[in-house]
Amino acid sequence: MIRLDAVSKVYPAGTRPALSDVSLEIDKGEFVFLVGPSGSGKSTFLRLLLREETPTSGTVEVDGKDVARLSSWKVPALRRSIGCVFQDFRLLPSKNVHQNIAFALEVIGKPRVTINKVVPEVLRLVGLDGKEHRMPDELSGGEQQRVAIARAFVNRPLIFLADEPTGNLDPGTSVGIMKLLDRINRTGTTVVMATHDSAIVDSMRRRVIELDAGTVIRDQARGIYGYAR
Amino acid sequence: MRAQFVVAETANGLRRNVTMTIAVIVTVAISLSLAGAGLLIGRQVATMKGYWYDKVEVSVFLTNDIAQPDRDVINTKLHDLPQVQTVYYESKADAFNRFKDQFKDSPDLVRNVTPDALPESFRVKLKDPTKFDVVATAMAGQPGVEEVQDQRKLLDKFFRVLNGFQTAALIIALVQVVAAALLISNTIRVAAFSRRRETGIMRLVGASNLYIQLPFLLEGALAGLVGGVLAAGSVAALKAFFVDRQLKARGGITAIPFIGWDAVFQTWLYVVPLGVLLSALVSFVTLRRYLRV
Repeated sequence: MIRLDAVSKVYPAGTRPALSDVSLEIDKGEFVFLVGPSGSGKSTFLRLLLREETPTSGTVEVDGKDVARLSSWKVPALRRSIGCVFQDFRLLPSKNVHQNIAFALEVIGKPRVTINKVVPEVLRLVGLDGKEHRMPDELSGGEQQRVAIARAFVNRPLIFLADEPTGNLDPGTSVGIMKLLDRINRTGTTVVMATHDSAIVDSMRRRVIELDAGTVIRDQARGIYGYAR
Repeated sequence: MRAQFVVAETANGLRRNVTMTIAVIVTVAISLSLAGAGLLIGRQVATMKGYWYDKVEVSVFLTNDIAQPDRDVINTKLHDLPQVQTVYYESKADAFNRFKDQFKDSPDLVRNVTPDALPESFRVKLKDPTKFDVVATAMAGQPGVEEVQDQRKLLDKFFRVLNGFQTAALIIALVQVVAAALLISNTIRVAAFSRRRETGIMRLVGASNLYIQLPFLLEGALAGLVGGVLAAGSVAALKAFFVDRQLKARGGITAIPFIGWDAVFQTWLYVVPLGVLLSALVSFVTLRRYLRV
């Protein structure tokens, strides 16, 4: 599903590469934690998959397609096949829960009938049914992240990227979010989650890829956050 | 494509950005009004040229003490020139009658002129009105000839003034167009910045460029359209109030053929699309720079 072959990324202003000669493969349906200190290249890795950036050298393949060589009008199709959530939720404050999720469908041209059918479905999946008319500032952090997850998942993407989704949440709420991501993973969706949350990584026992200074220093099938903890 | 969504977003953007949009509309309207006025002056010059060049004659004014044989010689010489189409003779009495008729609205002027004061002349109509030199050469040194006058030269002086006006209007219009373009560019930038949250999410969920950029593009084009329509209105006002009411109605210059409404409609065909295209193009270029997809 995701394949990196000798990928390096050097930002124009950077002194050292953000990623340096990274090769790895993530299969369909896998759940992968991406760990490592800040500046180790986790965000660059996710941005390469979304084609927010192109690699300086090497190839990035998503679903069998060379991302860097995708013509620009095909980039939206790539991004439709990838769902994304972030630490800061990125909801539109002027729209309610239903409208926030509907927005993601409207802008890719889905008809109103479809939207009205799938939005309640996905809200039920993330456990927010009955809250569709709430505004984002009336929701807790965990609920806001659930809305963001619903928005990212409503299109049934092949890949689900989460960039520190629990970074702003307390441990109890984080567990709920992880259960949700696990459920999404069980539908056959590949999940890649960048995180600093050692408790979560240790409890889930999934594949762990550790980056440090732009290189993969560990790739473990049923790993924990770090050896020395 | 969901038109409803794009229309709603466009309306939203316009509402949020209303002051800047008004500024754009005003600048576009002023610049295109000037451009339209310039075009209209051009049309006026063309109309007058077409009308008058057909009628212009070379006037051979005769001296007051001319003898009949000289008159005959001049008449024959003019008739013999191959470039000449017609020649007619205008006596002092004819000239006075024509003068009286031309200035019938200014009786004071007519009262002060005696039939004797106006010179007699031969009016020569040329097959090709530019061939004035032929007549001038033929009449050079001819006894009894006071002056050979090419009416075209008089007209050309007048046209030069009008052309000057036109050039000035078009230059100012050009400067204004540049100002309008910069303003549009800035407006679209501000609009794109104020909606960066929305556009960021749109990018993320895989909205196409068209979906992301079209509302901004339509905002620009719509402001341009309104500006263009206002400019079309002011061009029409120029024709209705300045040409029709001031110039035509004042009389005295009834001999001038004025542009009709067809000329006004034709400038509309330039002014309105120009407003839309200018704004849309500038918006498009700006979006390419500031709304990375």
